[in-house]
Amino acid sequence: MRYINHEEVASKTKKRLTKNTIFKGVFAAATTFGLIVLTILLYRIITQGSGYISLDFFTSFASRIPENSGIKAAIAGSIYLMLVVAPVSMFLGVGTAIYLEEYATKNRFNTFIKINISNLAGVPSVVFGLLGLTIFARFFDLGISILAAGLTMSLLILPIIIVASQEAIRAVPNELREASFAMGATKWQTILRVVLPASIPGILTGSILALSRAIGETAPLVVLGIPTILMFMPDGLLSTFTALPMQIFDWTKRPQVEFHDVAAGGIIVLMALLLFMNSIAVFIRNKYQNRY
Amino acid sequence: MTTTIKPASDVLEKKEPAVKSNKASVYKTNQLNLWYGSNHALKNIDLDIKENEVTAIIGPSGCGKSTFIKTLNRMIETIPSVKTSGEIIYRDRNIFSKKYQVEELRTKVGMVFQKPNPFPKSIYENIAYGPRIHGIKNKKTLDEIVEKSLRGAAIWDEVKDRLNENAYGLSGGQQQRICIARCLAIEPDVILMDEPTSALDPISTLKVEELVQNLKKEYSIIIVTHNMQQAARISDKTAFFLNGEVVEYDETNKIFSNPTDDRTEDYISGRFG
Repeated sequence: MRYINHEEVASKTKKRLTKNTIFKGVFAAATTFGLIVLTILLYRIITQGSGYISLDFFTSFASRIPENSGIKAAIAGSIYLMLVVAPVSMFLGVGTAIYLEEYATKNRFNTFIKINISNLAGVPSVVFGLLGLTIFARFFDLGISILAAGLTMSLLILPIIIVASQEAIRAVPNELREASFAMGATKWQTILRVVLPASIPGILTGSILALSRAIGETAPLVVLGIPTILMFMPDGLLSTFTALPMQIFDWTKRPQVEFHDVAAGGIIVLMALLLFMNSIAVFIRNKYQNRY
Repeated sequence: MTTTIKPASDVLEKKEPAVKSNKASVYKTNQLNLWYGSNHALKNIDLDIKENEVTAIIGPSGCGKSTFIKTLNRMIETIPSVKTSGEIIYRDRNIFSKKYQVEELRTKVGMVFQKPNPFPKSIYENIAYGPRIHGIKNKKTLDEIVEKSLRGAAIWDEVKDRLNENAYGLSGGQQQRICIARCLAIEPDVILMDEPTSALDPISTLKVEELVQNLKKEYSIIIVTHNMQQAARISDKTAFFLNGEVVEYDETNKIFSNPTDDRTEDYISGRFG
């Protein structure tokens, strides 16, 4: 008794191969769609905005006249914002990940926390803006400041950093921890000398991608009421400020068509910044890949 | 010529069994029981393990031999559902006592694992890891420890010119000897080995076995193995585990030539397991 009828298999082979080709085409088309949209977007932005990119664009404040407009205040504000977001979110995020993966015992409460951190990553950024407005701007009376916005942004990207760090920490083989414990190392020594060195590429990659999200995020800043036009540089963490995405948002709202081109110039700068940060992440990932 | 004619001192040493029993105990277990949740994995284990001997633990898969050896340095406690009762006396102290810190115990009792598990660091850093966590910072001291440990594990000549290379570039057998050297670097009293040659080829296995023979002069070694020939070749005493119980524990010669229990005989003659 044979179950496979080889003649029937031969007669159906062509049909199977056709199906294979069709699906290959469908998935290739799906990929191409994204690429085409991206290309059109890039083309439009670059043709519109490249005329405005010059040294003056970086060294002048915003202006009523499109030709004189620049991003000096906005880029300074974005950098200040990162100076708050990077340390706060990385310390809290990596700390949480270490606690959950290395110290926390497995019980229902901790499982509940782990699941909800992933859920938190899906909360819309406007909601985080409202949270920041209520807690940091109003309750702690930080007002419309770099600190308030920075803390809000930190909360926004915290779940992304936690999840990425957790995955990086989990990828460290357990045998390495065992080897360390078996020599009388404490948990902290094991984390510091074995787990973190092995997981730092993954942690950094995730954190940089999260930071690049924070630098391009607009909604929470709108909710916090960050001004769009500032004619002075921020002078401290409690100073008010504006950021690149806010500035771009303001220019695109204006009726004069010339300002739309200025906005495109701002977008080019913002995208170059994002691309730069992402390439650092890729560089770190490639350099330290496959260490074990 | 000296290899064929044994010097008198060697002949004298051969008469030692009577003296051997006077050796001090390193480990004494007293009605040791262990449960994984509701699974009773170790049952009333009473063993007396002597110093400067190789004690082999043999038995079929799932008999509790790995569990037992991991209990001796309390590594078993990394599994949350584990419960124990009874005592393990290491050099006159109960290791389950609240006052006994595992970090202190594990500095005296080193462990070599089944799968070679060097750190993804240089060979030097692998060996220096233990001394560093115990507070040795002096570069010269560390250099000396690294050389001494690598020599002790009979791998110094193979790696002395590439101490700064990643240990992952070594072969499996070399990696396992690096792990043994790493264990020697904390200058332990006892070395626990959990099937240290099961992932190695025959030649590497032979090297590790020779190493074990040399190490017992300075250390007490407890080795889990599923290879009975290995136990017969390298150990002084053998404990046969079955279903979480010690069926027989005696001189290796006796276990392999004239076992008391029928189950031991069935196992070592290959009738099961």
